[in-house]
Amino acid sequence: MGPEFVQFSLTPILIGIFASVACALPGNFLILRRQALIGDAISHVVLPGIVVAFLVTGVVAAIPMLLGAAAAAVVAVVLIEAVKRLGSIEPGAAMGVVFTTMFAAGVLILEQTDTSDVHLDVQHALMGNLETLVWFRATGWESLLDPAALATVPDELPRMAVVCALLVACTVVFWRWLKIATFDEGFARALGIPASAVGFGLVIAAAVAAVTAFDAVGSIIVIAMFVCPPAAARLMTNRLAHQVWWSVGFATLSAVLGYVFAGYGPLWFGAENAVSAAGMIAAVSGAILGLACLFGPHRSRVGVGRQEAP
Amino acid sequence: MLDALLLQAGYNAALVAIGAALLGFAAGASGTFMFLRKRALVSDAVAHATLPGVGLAFIVMVSLGGDGRNLAGLLLGSAVTAWIGLLVIEWMTRRTRLAEDAAIGAVLGVFFGIGIVLLTVVQTMSAGRQAGLESFLLGSTAGMLLQDAVVIAVGGSLAVLATWLMRRPMTLVAFDSEYAAAAGYDVRRIDLLMMALVMAITVIGLKLVGLILIVALLIIPPVAARFWSERAGRVIWIAGGVGGAAGYLGAAMSASAPALPTGPIIVLVAAAIFVLSLLFAPVRGVLAALLRHRRFQRRVHRRQGLLALAAHHPIREAYTLRLLAREGLVRPDGVPTEAGRAQAAKVARDERRWEVAREIHQDAGLTGRYDGLTPIEEVFTPDEIAEFDRRLGPPVAVGAR
Repeated sequence: MGPEFVQFSLTPILIGIFASVACALPGNFLILRRQALIGDAISHVVLPGIVVAFLVTGVVAAIPMLLGAAAAAVVAVVLIEAVKRLGSIEPGAAMGVVFTTMFAAGVLILEQTDTSDVHLDVQHALMGNLETLVWFRATGWESLLDPAALATVPDELPRMAVVCALLVACTVVFWRWLKIATFDEGFARALGIPASAVGFGLVIAAAVAAVTAFDAVGSIIVIAMFVCPPAAARLMTNRLAHQVWWSVGFATLSAVLGYVFAGYGPLWFGAENAVSAAGMIAAVSGAILGLACLFGPHRSRVGVGRQEAP
Repeated sequence: MLDALLLQAGYNAALVAIGAALLGFAAGASGTFMFLRKRALVSDAVAHATLPGVGLAFIVMVSLGGDGRNLAGLLLGSAVTAWIGLLVIEWMTRRTRLAEDAAIGAVLGVFFGIGIVLLTVVQTMSAGRQAGLESFLLGSTAGMLLQDAVVIAVGGSLAVLATWLMRRPMTLVAFDSEYAAAAGYDVRRIDLLMMALVMAITVIGLKLVGLILIVALLIIPPVAARFWSERAGRVIWIAGGVGGAAGYLGAAMSASAPALPTGPIIVLVAAAIFVLSLLFAPVRGVLAALLRHRRFQRRVHRRQGLLALAAHHPIREAYTLRLLAREGLVRPDGVPTEAGRAQAAKVARDERRWEVAREIHQDAGLTGRYDGLTPIEEVFTPDEIAEFDRRLGPPVAVGAR
């Protein structure tokens, strides 16, 4: 845990944790609403969003791309709803139609434009570049108190931290609304809670988390973190508050362990090069979910006895 | 472009176009079963779960001293992990209380993550020929060998054959699984078979459209086909046709220009067919619904207008007035013409006939069809109407009093 750790590992780990938690928080409610795959859809349409933003502005800058990605996410949500209503098609298929089409359009536009001199490609979008988000100016733990050094932390860190804090704040502020609207929409309406607005807001929050996290860590983490930690948490408890805490814990654990395994794991096996941290974080979250499926105290359906369960 | 469409743009391009058409047909047809079963996105998880298999197969083949890029070996590896992914989804939804969408999302994200980890392992391996594994993400026909095209063409035909052989049990399960179970089919096994077919198509399509976009070929054609028919049997073949056309046109178009990647073009062609279906399909299409609505609106306005004429009420609704004037039933100032008075008398008389009909027929079976728009001649026989008229007395001309 010397200066090298601060320089090379501290910021990626922190970004990983913030990204994971930011995705896991809305994921809890999406899972309970059976909308877990919204995260999947959003992370696919982010690509056309950033490609179009690049075409419009001509620069690879964070803010226009985030805006483009967010706009694409909103367009996708609206289109999914339109296909669902106009064609009376079930939600899963409507989602599949919209996000694959938008993704294909993104790839096509990307191939058609000359992006050879800028860092913009599909692989980057998928895998992120967590490993490269190092803090060069750091000289050790004392840099944390040094304003000059602090000013040079990668932009992704404060951005991710702000979004994560925002989502935490939203979860706390709208806790009662979210809880009631998720479990019983009719009851929520009767209480005067704007249930459909809560539902739409949740999707928007998920999109914000996905888009910001995607910029820093790629879309694999986004998809995995929307589903795995909340799903694992769901198998641990029957109380929503506890579930959210569990999911935050699982998300943090996945981020830390995943980064460590990716960075140091290959060394233990005698290999020289690190493997993808984003992929490893997703894999660790999957391992946690697997353990929860096997041993979680609340893993089976209510009312299904052990013998009955096939 | 025309050359490519007519299979004249080289042997490889022709094989790819035929392979893509077969693949599209098989994908559309077997995707229909998943769509009707409301599990369209399972194919998304299957597709993403192929990636670790590609990486593993490469590592195994290289460590055994072989060529890591052997397509058949890579496809075999991807089939193995896709199958594992499928079983995990099935196991999670059956054994835990997680819903299917959570299981799909978990498998998709985690398997894809593992796949990316393995790809980074492959990149650091000393064997320098790993370039091209990434092409499985988005598909690439550039540098495709003849044997690869043959694998796709043969695989596509086999998938079409399997779909055709299994169409009956799969239709039954997709449409009404409980009936299928009651009829003695092993629903779980047929479900697995359905998914195995989807998996086979995913694997065959990996090289051509890539694992992220193969999902589109499994979902978009069935959804588009659903607009054109209400019969499951027909939807399957229409979906196959849509997928085949998209595959063929897409492959031909991408062969005609350098910067047109095959996978995305095929998907976009399919999406275009979907949009056309959404808008213009008879009965279920948006345009048809709009026309239906307009026709209904016209009938309501026409009838209300004629009733108003019969009752000597002035018509103030602009649309009603325009409608009646266009048919020559009223003059532009709202005064009824001869024809208009005759029509109004008919409508008013039908209204009174309905009243009598409701007195005679107390059961709702016939009179329940009264909605103000159905002509009485469609519900009652001429004899019955004559009976109503006898009770009503002779017709009275409108405006004669």
